[in-house]
Amino acid sequence: MPVRKLKYTCIVCPQGCEIEVVISDNEIKEIKGFKCIRGKRYVTEEVLAPKRTLITVLHCKNGDYPTVSVKTSKPIPKEKMFEILEYLSKIVLEAPVDIGDIVIRNIFNSGVDIIATRPCRKV
Amino acid sequence: MKHKYDTIVIGGGPAGLASAIKATKLGLKTLIIEKTERLGGIPLQCIHEGFGVIYFKQNLSGPEFSYKLIKEVDRLSIDYITSGYVSEINILSDEAKQVKVISPKAYQVFETKTLIYAAGAREKTLHEINVVGDRVSGIFTAGEAQALMDIYGVMPGREVVIIGSGDVGLILTRRLILEKAKVKAVIEAMPYPGGLVRNIVQCLKDFDVPLLLGHVVKETRGRKRVEKVIVERVDENLKPLGESFSITCDTVIISAGLLPHVRMLKELGVKMDPSTRGPIVNDFFETSIRGVFAAGNALVVNDLVDYVVEQGENAAEGAYSLITKKYVRQQNIPVLFDDNIRFVVPQRITKTSDVVFYLRVKRPMKDVKIIFEEIDKVFVFSKARPSEMIRVKIKKKDLGDIKDKLHVRLYSDASPQT
Repeated sequence: MPVRKLKYTCIVCPQGCEIEVVISDNEIKEIKGFKCIRGKRYVTEEVLAPKRTLITVLHCKNGDYPTVSVKTSKPIPKEKMFEILEYLSKIVLEAPVDIGDIVIRNIFNSGVDIIATRPCRKV
Repeated sequence: MKHKYDTIVIGGGPAGLASAIKATKLGLKTLIIEKTERLGGIPLQCIHEGFGVIYFKQNLSGPEFSYKLIKEVDRLSIDYITSGYVSEINILSDEAKQVKVISPKAYQVFETKTLIYAAGAREKTLHEINVVGDRVSGIFTAGEAQALMDIYGVMPGREVVIIGSGDVGLILTRRLILEKAKVKAVIEAMPYPGGLVRNIVQCLKDFDVPLLLGHVVKETRGRKRVEKVIVERVDENLKPLGESFSITCDTVIISAGLLPHVRMLKELGVKMDPSTRGPIVNDFFETSIRGVFAAGNALVVNDLVDYVVEQGENAAEGAYSLITKKYVRQQNIPVLFDDNIRFVVPQRITKTSDVVFYLRVKRPMKDVKIIFEEIDKVFVFSKARPSEMIRVKIKKKDLGDIKDKLHVRLYSDASPQT
């Protein structure tokens, strides 16, 4: 495996540190450019298993709005995003839904819940 | 509902809600007038996270942020009207204003001692960014596209070109891609991106969306629906370099920035600041008309909702100070700034309380020193970008040496391109 140098911009805080990572054999050999430990942690995770909080809207019947906005209870692996979104696009909720309601528990056995972030009142 | 109030807040978004909550806590009888059918404002359609990190010390989505404020409005039993359109404002005297409101339920006339104008911002249109061509279906502002997708659950289109790389455009790009649209390009006139670096990374780089810096959309083309846009390269002064090409798409989304929504203030004769396009205010956010205050994006376009809320609260304190005669407008000292700075808010200071200054630089800069000349106050920043509003606070006791004006100067050692 060749040695690869990757450049990342840290997204933990607005400072946006430019961090360089040297990778060989799928292992991190060197990290430089970070100003704090959170930056180092971010880049390590970003290289080995990038995660994101997923947000979308679910359709909702009989409510004042036709949708409920939702988020994952914690960040999920980036490569799982589209698979989960595909599944969620077929879900139809029924009003009322309150903010903070868990609308789907433990999606795909991942330990992650789908949580409503906007209420939908019954009309 | 009464017909006499201490303060009437126009706008039920974060600035308006925060000012109504603060005003009520200070003991003022308060009414909120909101033009849409729900309180909460634009964050209701901003379903991504990143709201409230400073104010609530939590990383919330837009709706979660707004509902925290709405719950407080309910708890305090603050009066509000939704679907309410302010048809007329009359300035009766320094202490009295009349507000006429029409809503589906009633036509009402209210009297109030003070007004807090928090009507938010409006989006720039195709006409304001000099795009010519066919006016066909498939052209939206970012806010319209966001409302379609994230309130109504309808996709605005499938193959999209985004004009403008501010945070709104970047975040929208990610949403479109997650909902299976293809974003063909984000087109930015300036040689540097308009949004935060973190949004460039998590919204564009994550999905390999091309960002064309130093390019403008010159023309939209199509018969019934958009079929393509003509894109042209420009230099840093936005002069065309003579190279143009087309990108096929069925949708064009304009995210070319916001302007304070000030029509009603202008009609009242409030003096405007050409650098913010909002009203000129003092440190209580009182406009040139006594008892009329402004806050949030109607005052100055913000990038953080936390600052919007802070401004709402400050305007409420201004209204309270005016009503209780704790603040008498003896002097309004002008704040001047040099050429590296785009604007400074407030534009006047009274020296009667601590002042939070908000300002933006004109272009990206490194190792920035901001100097408040007459009082020798210096603030140092390693980086400054036009997209990130700078906030600094100066205590009342440190304002003592200011006489007839305050100069804000900015020095920078280097000007990087990104």
